[in-house]
Amino acid sequence: MSKISLIIENEYMTRVRKKSFLVMTLLTPVLMALLCCIPLFIELFSGSDMRNVTIADQTGLYREVFVDNDEYTYTYLDTETSSEQMRSDESPYAYIVITDNLLNNPNAMTIYSHKQTTAGFESEVERSMENFLHEAKLASYDIPGLQQIIDECNVEINVSSIRFDEEGDTQTSAGLATAIGMISTFIIYIFLFSYGGMVMNSVMQEKTNRIVEVMVSSVKPFDLMMGKIISVGLVGLTQIGIWIILLVGLALGASVALGIPLFINNQAEILTQVQSMSNTAMAGSAAIDPDMLDIAQTLSGINFTQIVVCLILYFIGGYVIYASIFAAVGSAVDNETDSSQFMLPITLIILFAFYVGIFSAEDPEGSMAWWCSMIPFTSPIVMMVRIPFGVATWELALSLVILYASAIGMTWIASRIYRVGILLYGKKPSYKELFKWIKYKA
Amino acid sequence: MYYLEARNIVKQYASHKALDNVTVQVPHNHIYGLLGPNGAGKTTLIRIINHITGPDSGEVYIDGRLSIPSDVEKIGYLPEERGLYKKMKVGEQLMYLARLKGLTRNDAKEQIKFWLNKFDIANWDKKKVEELSKGMQQKIQFIATVIHRPQLLIFDEPFSGFDPVNANLLKNEILELRRQGATIIFSTHNMASVEEICDEITLINRSRAVLQGEINEIRQAHKKHLFKVAYTSNASTTECTLHSNDIYHVMEQRQAGCYNTAIVRKSNATTSNNELIQALMRECQLATFEEILPSMNEIFIDTVGAPVETE
Repeated sequence: MSKISLIIENEYMTRVRKKSFLVMTLLTPVLMALLCCIPLFIELFSGSDMRNVTIADQTGLYREVFVDNDEYTYTYLDTETSSEQMRSDESPYAYIVITDNLLNNPNAMTIYSHKQTTAGFESEVERSMENFLHEAKLASYDIPGLQQIIDECNVEINVSSIRFDEEGDTQTSAGLATAIGMISTFIIYIFLFSYGGMVMNSVMQEKTNRIVEVMVSSVKPFDLMMGKIISVGLVGLTQIGIWIILLVGLALGASVALGIPLFINNQAEILTQVQSMSNTAMAGSAAIDPDMLDIAQTLSGINFTQIVVCLILYFIGGYVIYASIFAAVGSAVDNETDSSQFMLPITLIILFAFYVGIFSAEDPEGSMAWWCSMIPFTSPIVMMVRIPFGVATWELALSLVILYASAIGMTWIASRIYRVGILLYGKKPSYKELFKWIKYKA
Repeated sequence: MYYLEARNIVKQYASHKALDNVTVQVPHNHIYGLLGPNGAGKTTLIRIINHITGPDSGEVYIDGRLSIPSDVEKIGYLPEERGLYKKMKVGEQLMYLARLKGLTRNDAKEQIKFWLNKFDIANWDKKKVEELSKGMQQKIQFIATVIHRPQLLIFDEPFSGFDPVNANLLKNEILELRRQGATIIFSTHNMASVEEICDEITLINRSRAVLQGEINEIRQAHKKHLFKVAYTSNASTTECTLHSNDIYHVMEQRQAGCYNTAIVRKSNATTSNNELIQALMRECQLATFEEILPSMNEIFIDTVGAPVETE
């Protein structure tokens, strides 16, 4: 027992003291934030690309329809242009030719272009024209006070959803639940891969370094493997811990700065808070965005404690399962190239779980989501999506029991493969041989 | 008294038998050679002694009692496949390995200091292993093997991978450890070193112990009754050639002026050496007479090369 703690201590300290650990711990959130901003960047860059569209309106009815925007500039041709002329002039992105009154002849508009136009462009053109025709048609009925009627018809509503809960009804948001579920799933998915990979590399390194035989002459192979799995897992938890502290720090900082209370589960309290805030807002002392209030209110409706606890529990269980598999793979092969053969099925399972997770956000109570949140290989990833939508306690308990029982079983199987694999050099074993190793006597 | 006894060890792998009823008895404070061609089962036996793997049947006794897993703390093992953690500092590495062998932090510190000073490499303490040359790493590897003052040392092909300087250093250290009371098992192909330092050997071939005993006894037992003689002619004759007769058989003969050498074989093993000398004396003036004992290398090749009898 003291030896396994020695191994854990040594492995943990070597990893945590590395500069790369500190760099990665601090850099990963930054990278994640950047990753989230990529769509923004893309929009920024693609927006600068202006397209010229030339319109040949032979009816003269639709001069006002197309208005320049960020993406397209529209020019109207005053003189009549033959299709040959259009064909020879390649400078515009596209031509829109209108030959007849569209109310009478809906097929009278055509887009000509040298290059295939995008679907986005076509729908933009269609939408502009349809809106125009819609209003033109309405106008043609000559209803008095039409503009006012139209304005009054544009009703905007704000749906808030409340979930019945034991501790009182809480305001929820499907969008927010999805976002939180996705983030948790993504975190677990990334961690399973990166920390599992870390275990595999470490095992493989010990094997190729040939230190492993020196090691197993002092400690039991099982201790060596478990020590490694536990220490890498602790490194992962340390990392999560640092992030949670950073996040809570940021959130507290933000809440203090904005004057919004976080971490309140009591509806009444929220209401009074919100009211008092609205009052102050109305008093004009501080202009608080009502959207902001809404978000704050919904955030308070999410049971963060449960999510964090489950995140950690599922991380540990899932990690132990996958790290054991990775350790067994690492022990069975001599180099990275050989490992890919065994990695493929693991990758497929994790990817499968990941996609099921994504689709579970749409249908968290569906049978696919339910079963995959019970199967230990997929449950850590899938269950995390379901939790923000509310999962019965017995389901959680059952899923966790299955997960942890399988984790124990998996480490046992992995250790059987490991103790044979680490001492075998040269040839890459087949799956059949791996099964034989499991059955070997110690 | 035997320090280590492996009794009737059988180890079966899926496709082949690695050890078939092998018994090895290593006397206290001896250097014991474990010989055999590649794949004979030496490493398996060593791994069983080290509790790395268990035998299918048979027992290992250490110091007269059944060996238990914690006995590995009394064993220093230098495997054939060896290495160190490349990214770790020398001091940390030795500390880690020593503590895994059951030393306390303070004892380990003391031992590290002692050995680094002994090899005059105290300033390497803070260096990473990957910064060291191969020869330097070998010294660290050796220190890692002996740092916990094991009573039983097992060296698997110790000289492979060691340069001649370090190999010699290693040999002297092994002899020094024996002087201090350690029992040493020595697995190797290097027969010259076996003759030089081993007291007893077991030769394992195709999973079985085919030859066991003290080196000198084995060499005696395998002698082929060959004698190397140097002689000059008897005064009566000028030319001197030895002729085979019913006492001896001349294997080869070389003449260098009037000083000749020859290798003769007793025709009959029961003939005493004195009778042989007398027979030779009748032919020539004997200058030297020396029995040729087979080298361990020859015995090894003879034994291993011989067809193994089937059950």
